[in-house]
Amino acid sequence: MLPTRAAILALMLGAAAVAAPSQAETIEVTIDRLVYAPAEIEAKVGDEIEWVNKDALVHTATLKGGAEVLLPAKKSGSLLLQEPGSFDYICRYHPNMKGRITVRP
Amino acid sequence: MTIRLTTAATVIALLFGANGAIGADKPTDPQIAHIAYTAGVLDIEAAKQAIAMSKNKAVVEFAETMVRDHDAVNKQALDLVKKLNVTPEDNDTSKALSQAAETKRQELAKLSAAEFDKAYVEHEVAYHKQVNGALETLLIPAAQNGELKGLLETGLKLFQGHQQHAEHVATELK
Repeated sequence: MLPTRAAILALMLGAAAVAAPSQAETIEVTIDRLVYAPAEIEAKVGDEIEWVNKDALVHTATLKGGAEVLLPAKKSGSLLLQEPGSFDYICRYHPNMKGRITVRP
Repeated sequence: MTIRLTTAATVIALLFGANGAIGADKPTDPQIAHIAYTAGVLDIEAAKQAIAMSKNKAVVEFAETMVRDHDAVNKQALDLVKKLNVTPEDNDTSKALSQAAETKRQELAKLSAAEFDKAYVEHEVAYHKQVNGALETLLIPAAQNGELKGLLETGLKLFQGHQQHAEHVATELK
């Protein structure tokens, strides 16, 4: 009886530890002279990406078949990562600008 | 296709012909600045014609990008020549580019909306391809000033993006 209760308690504690949300982060990607830097980033669900556009040009971060973030000249924009997966993205106006986000659950 | 190839051939002939006219010498920085600025202005004018004539959303959006980007780059170019105390110098290449653009403008003005869209976008692909070729093989290697060279290199990356964007719009029109 006692060992079982202890086991359940341990299980619950373990579950609680797993369920405890890890701190969400903001990951910065700089755009300078038509390049996303870093071009590849790893993140987890709940993190936010902030693109800082240093160019005097309007850019976007357009995910393949998904969200689009408009990035006006000298401004920034952000995106909350809500689902896991690997996402390639480009600038819709300058498709030679390429980036990738890998989102862990 | 015929229009595009003809245009491409014309621009190549003009760029290299004009360069030949300058002589064995490479273009100077004041001439390079003038050529780069002129190429931008001509593309803005072509884009304004497209915005006025086209009813296609993708074509108009592309043209708006051309106005916005080339205007931004030309502003940077003007700031740079002012800072460097350089006066852009008119030359045969700039003149040839302007003449070719005027011929093209008149040719496009006679076309209907759908025909116009196709011809404009194909010309934009060809035009950016040729300007990029000239930047890579002639203008960037010839540029003496480091900052001018840097601006041309950024311009090349930008215009390569425009070329890809135009190619994408062209496939959508087919």
